[in-house]
Amino acid sequence: MQLTILAFGITRYILGDSELKLELPDGANVEDLKAELVRRFPEFSKLKALALAVNSEYAEKGQALYERDEVALIPPVSGG
Amino acid sequence: MIDIALKQTPLDLQTCIDYVSSPEIGGINIFVGTVRNHTRGKRVLHLDFEAYEPMALSELRKIAETARFRFQIDRICIHHRTGRLEIGEVPVVIAVGAAHRQAAFEACQYAIDALKETVPIWKKEYFEDGEVWVAAHP
Repeated sequence: MQLTILAFGITRYILGDSELKLELPDGANVEDLKAELVRRFPEFSKLKALALAVNSEYAEKGQALYERDEVALIPPVSGG
Repeated sequence: MIDIALKQTPLDLQTCIDYVSSPEIGGINIFVGTVRNHTRGKRVLHLDFEAYEPMALSELRKIAETARFRFQIDRICIHHRTGRLEIGEVPVVIAVGAAHRQAAFEACQYAIDALKETVPIWKKEYFEDGEVWVAAHP
């Protein structure tokens, strides 16, 4: 499946773009996606944390991904 | 009642106060965040705030709903800025109206603490010698 991943904050700078298209095997979950991101962009492993959101909700550990999902990279937040 | 907003223009304190005012309440508590001119001993020139807007709005709403339920408050208003902010400008206003002051204080404290933990908004600090995404690295 092809996923479209939105990037914010420092992750947007690491990717060099606010969006990334990534091919993952069908049945992949959020851990698979994180592993693939770290493999392709080693800078991600230097972050204090990296959460994923699926359809505007924080993803749960091991949550399955589907091609229609809106996936977003959520580096440590710093609002307020 | 809950009012949530992300704005690219200056926040209006009076709008937030008016929203949480009603004859049923006995007090209003307000938190106003401001942009500080230094961090860890370095002079800050200005800040830039970026949000994942649909998720930020839904996370802010969750915080407001939890605050209302947990502290039994009547009204809460949370407004947050995005874009470039200068020193002294206001990135966030939280106003809580409640029958009793303790609930208003507690709900306001809860809301700003939760916002800083969960809401997908990112702050970039600009210094004379560079820029840093706050909290990104250990």
